[in-house]
Amino acid sequence: MMWLVFAFGAWVLGWWVNARLSALPRTRVTRLVVPLIFGLTLIAIWEGVVRGLEISAVLLPAPSMIAARFAASTAILWEDFVQTVIKGALTGYVLGCGAAFLVAILVDRFDFLRRGLLPVGNFVAALPVIGMAPILVMWFGFDWQSKAAVVVVMVFFPMLVNTVQGLADSSAMQRDLMRTYAAGYWTTLLKLRLPAAMPFIFNGLKIASTLALIGAIVAEFFGSPIRGMGFRISTSVGQLALDLVWAEIVVAAVVGSAFYGIVALIERTVTFWHPSQRHS
Amino acid sequence: MSRNTLPVLTVVLAIFLLWYIAAIFLNAAWAHDKATRSGEVLTAQTLVADTWSQEKPKLPAPHQVGTEIWKTTVEKKITSKRSLIYHSWVTLSATLLGFALGTGLGIALAVGIVYNRTMDMSVMPWVIASQTIPILAIAPMIIVVLNAVGISGLLPKAMISMYLSFFPVVVGMVKGLRSPDAMQLDQMRTWNASAAQMFWRLRLPSSMPFLFTSLKIAMAASLVGAIVGELPTGAVAGLGARLLAGSYYGQTIQIWSALIMAAALAAALVALIGFVQRMTLKRMGMA
Repeated sequence: MMWLVFAFGAWVLGWWVNARLSALPRTRVTRLVVPLIFGLTLIAIWEGVVRGLEISAVLLPAPSMIAARFAASTAILWEDFVQTVIKGALTGYVLGCGAAFLVAILVDRFDFLRRGLLPVGNFVAALPVIGMAPILVMWFGFDWQSKAAVVVVMVFFPMLVNTVQGLADSSAMQRDLMRTYAAGYWTTLLKLRLPAAMPFIFNGLKIASTLALIGAIVAEFFGSPIRGMGFRISTSVGQLALDLVWAEIVVAAVVGSAFYGIVALIERTVTFWHPSQRHS
Repeated sequence: MSRNTLPVLTVVLAIFLLWYIAAIFLNAAWAHDKATRSGEVLTAQTLVADTWSQEKPKLPAPHQVGTEIWKTTVEKKITSKRSLIYHSWVTLSATLLGFALGTGLGIALAVGIVYNRTMDMSVMPWVIASQTIPILAIAPMIIVVLNAVGISGLLPKAMISMYLSFFPVVVGMVKGLRSPDAMQLDQMRTWNASAAQMFWRLRLPSSMPFLFTSLKIAMAASLVGAIVGELPTGAVAGLGARLLAGSYYGQTIQIWSALIMAAALAAALVALIGFVQRMTLKRMGMA
């Protein structure tokens, strides 16, 4: 009962503080603090409800339990992190996005190819590509190579479509201006069209960053060596060790957010000139 | 016939050509193996013929997948556990339920975010953060936990679909509901419009183009969610189960046919939303 009161109190307090804060003029501090308080409130409610209603740890462990488990098994978590994120997701991400970028530049040179590939690429980008995972696991074996291959396939088309669209984004006037400067194809590409394509390219990179992690983890469900986040999640669910599963989820969430955040940060420094980045 | 038809057809043809060639190379090792064991000598012609008609090829040729799909859809009874239509229906029902739930949740959240400043500041960042969590990774846990509480069958899969599909709807709808500019809002105010009228007659109609774009993304995401949600249920029914069973037993043709079926399903659903979009926007005078 006490814990339920605590959960309710946390909710009231959190909401009240946030309501007060959001009534203030928006500053950098409130933009950061308000969501933080909201998140803390959620965790407090979670803890309170789980303890108050005495929900079995097999169903939903309390945040404190997850934190304890996290601290106790950092070695396992690190091993899984290296296997899934560094070897699987990151390799695939770099290979896939790099390949898509090069193909996009190639495609862009030939109008025929562009008109043919863009609808097909858009179509493939909407397909459940993740279903390729079992096939690629069969081709490339159980280790991280197959995970990287799944990630490559998943990120390739979103990245390709975005880059091709970006390369077409410079206006005819701008291209004409480059021509009056007697700029060749490569100069135009480097000085005008690639910079102009950057917002689109980063959009693709951001979409790909979340896809990469998902691809690497889900591919492990179809077979993996005895390490990796996807492997750990699926086996721990079988052993009803849900606190370990949640610890892996925390890692995945933090890595996913950090990955996205880093790409967004690079975007801000590269495309500082774009209207969406200009905060007055 | 648009001017894009020829290039698109060329690209599609090229993909099929590459597929056939890749099938020869990937399956050649097995064909050579078999030939040396039986003491035959493979000519180029028999090699190609063999690589395109193996029982469990590394990469089945398109026509093999085509025959498999034909056999499991048209020639099997729909009630049969081997019918691909049956499995597609299992996946489709979870997809549609999850899509409906996700769209509802997404629109509700978007209205809250647009009308409540506190929600805007506290919920919106978490909506975005929620998508960096690879939900597909925790799908097995959600299924198992919900099973333990006594919820099984359609709903757990639909929950995963919902989680994946509500995000694009929230983002699109927030953008859409905020798309009327100050001039239009002022116009409504000069007509002494109430908040409800402002919502139903200005904000909601002007959010429609945004909504439909989001719905297409949400539908594709929802299908992925349903397929992945079927993986941990022990391969009982559904396209995801076919994928998993196929990968356990090395039935590559089965995997590919399930995959093509999923792709066709996704394409059909997205096309359906596109059709509704065109009709609605035309009636509203926006397209």
